[in-house]
Amino acid sequence: MNEIVILSGKGGTGKTSITATLAMLAGSDAVIADCDVDAANMHLLLKPDFGKGHDFYSGELAVINQDQCTRCGICEEKCRFHAISSPGGQFQVNPIDCEGCGYCEKVCPAHAITMQERFSGNLYISQTKAGSFMVHARLDIGAENSGKLVARVKNEAKSLAVAEKKQWIIVDGSPGIGCPVISSLSGATYVILVTEPTMSGLHDLKRIYAVIKKFRIKAGCIINKYDLNANKTNEIKRFLDEAEILHLADIPYDILFTQAMVEGKTIIEIQSPYKPVFQQIWSKLSEQLNHKKQ
Amino acid sequence: MIDHRPLKIAVASGKGGTGKTMVSTNLAALRSQSGSTLLVDLDVEEPNDFLFIPGELVHVSDQFKMIPDWDQNRCTLCGICSKVCKYHAVIQLGTYIAVFKELCHGCYACSELCPVEALPMHPYKMGTISKKISQNLTFLESRLEIGEEQAVPLIHQTHNLVDKNYADFKVQIFDCPPGTSCPVVAAVKDTDFVILVTEPTPFGLNDLKLAVETMRKLGKPVGVVINRHGIGNDDVEVYCRQQQIPVLAKIPFSRQIAELYSNGSLAYQEVGSLESSLQQIFSYIQNTVKP
Repeated sequence: MNEIVILSGKGGTGKTSITATLAMLAGSDAVIADCDVDAANMHLLLKPDFGKGHDFYSGELAVINQDQCTRCGICEEKCRFHAISSPGGQFQVNPIDCEGCGYCEKVCPAHAITMQERFSGNLYISQTKAGSFMVHARLDIGAENSGKLVARVKNEAKSLAVAEKKQWIIVDGSPGIGCPVISSLSGATYVILVTEPTMSGLHDLKRIYAVIKKFRIKAGCIINKYDLNANKTNEIKRFLDEAEILHLADIPYDILFTQAMVEGKTIIEIQSPYKPVFQQIWSKLSEQLNHKKQ
Repeated sequence: MIDHRPLKIAVASGKGGTGKTMVSTNLAALRSQSGSTLLVDLDVEEPNDFLFIPGELVHVSDQFKMIPDWDQNRCTLCGICSKVCKYHAVIQLGTYIAVFKELCHGCYACSELCPVEALPMHPYKMGTISKKISQNLTFLESRLEIGEEQAVPLIHQTHNLVDKNYADFKVQIFDCPPGTSCPVVAAVKDTDFVILVTEPTPFGLNDLKLAVETMRKLGKPVGVVINRHGIGNDDVEVYCRQQQIPVLAKIPFSRQIAELYSNGSLAYQEVGSLESSLQQIFSYIQNTVKP
């Protein structure tokens, strides 16, 4: 089983459109995981049926029982996240600031604080139009623990792939280098980096590469919108050489990608010259992973 | 009466790559022509604003979070620390207490509940704040260390530093991280107005809706900037109309702006229509927001 994670550092480089296209090529022999749980978009292209859904609880929230509270103020004093305040002498927890550490519960002399499980989003296991399974989620608004939800999405995808004997797990990651990204990297066999020839694109590519290097995972790179800036594209290629990242493909800046998105389709489902480019990426990938497919 | 509080403007978006950095840097640079302006890059995981602001970045300070450090000599292996830690950051392995610093939220529970003070808190570097000054524009960058997972503590500390040392800047612009979860919530905290930058595509709309819901939950006034206007479809505008969200500006899709951006240039200096869009955005905020 191969688990491919698509990342970019910088947002908006075309990660999701590219991942969805690879998912179409993988067909039914894959499980797709949308790990950009903050701003999930893959469902707009792969049209999953939202078949099986369940609530996801993670972390805790401090709740103060006003009848038991003696207003001593220890909780407010101990909370490092400034989540407890006492307007008008009544102690209350701001759920947005509470990190669920439980310290207040432990120190409350009147045992007036309890920790309650916190709803943090919905998780779905669906069937896509490509015939594959897809695991995706929706993080509750402003919720914490997106890293944990990512881990949950990945675990579900992995057990599905094992149970259904699928060869591929294709994971769309989130932008950045923080906890959801690190969470999406655990267990990955290969990383595809999607970048663009801008100063920001290259800067962010270098930072995300520094992260995946720590995990010693092999990586390949797709330069999207390569014809926007020839000098920057060359600079990126030099960096790829130095870092020994396989250059997988160049994709031009073409409004067709947006048109496909508006129709809710991937680029290979509309009339476009790009199917061979993606087939080539797919075969390079299979080669890299010693996997004889097609 | 003269107002003493600075005007704090956040630039955010659900979806990444919609033009937050472009809007923040250009808006701040343009506004600095008529008075001193502070720009703060809070996209700590991938800070890019510095690429667009002239001048050298100067190190201001390292930022630390407090994490416990195990003192083997004092420890009686009572196990309280690993029981109280909700993040599994302190774990007892036989006669050894392991502290996983990247999982630690710095709540102090293990340290202060330890009966023998065997887990004193120590500073641990999580990021750096740097500075550039370009005429009337003062720029601060907050940058997370590679491998550090939590952006939130660094974002909070950066806000605190701004409040302490830069309060005399009457206009403060904060470039926020993408998404809708805790880093964005931390970044927009205490700001007076949130500009949501989007693009007129299904991805742009889907993530704009999430961002709007987040800001409503936080009680923040918002306005939308539609970037790359002309591509995609009209659904974003229809949504904004239905939800009565002001569209502050529509920045037309332009390969010239994209190319200028790719080279790290401030596009408004060469594209007149962008300059007027930015002016429109700024005057709307100035006229409607009372800091």
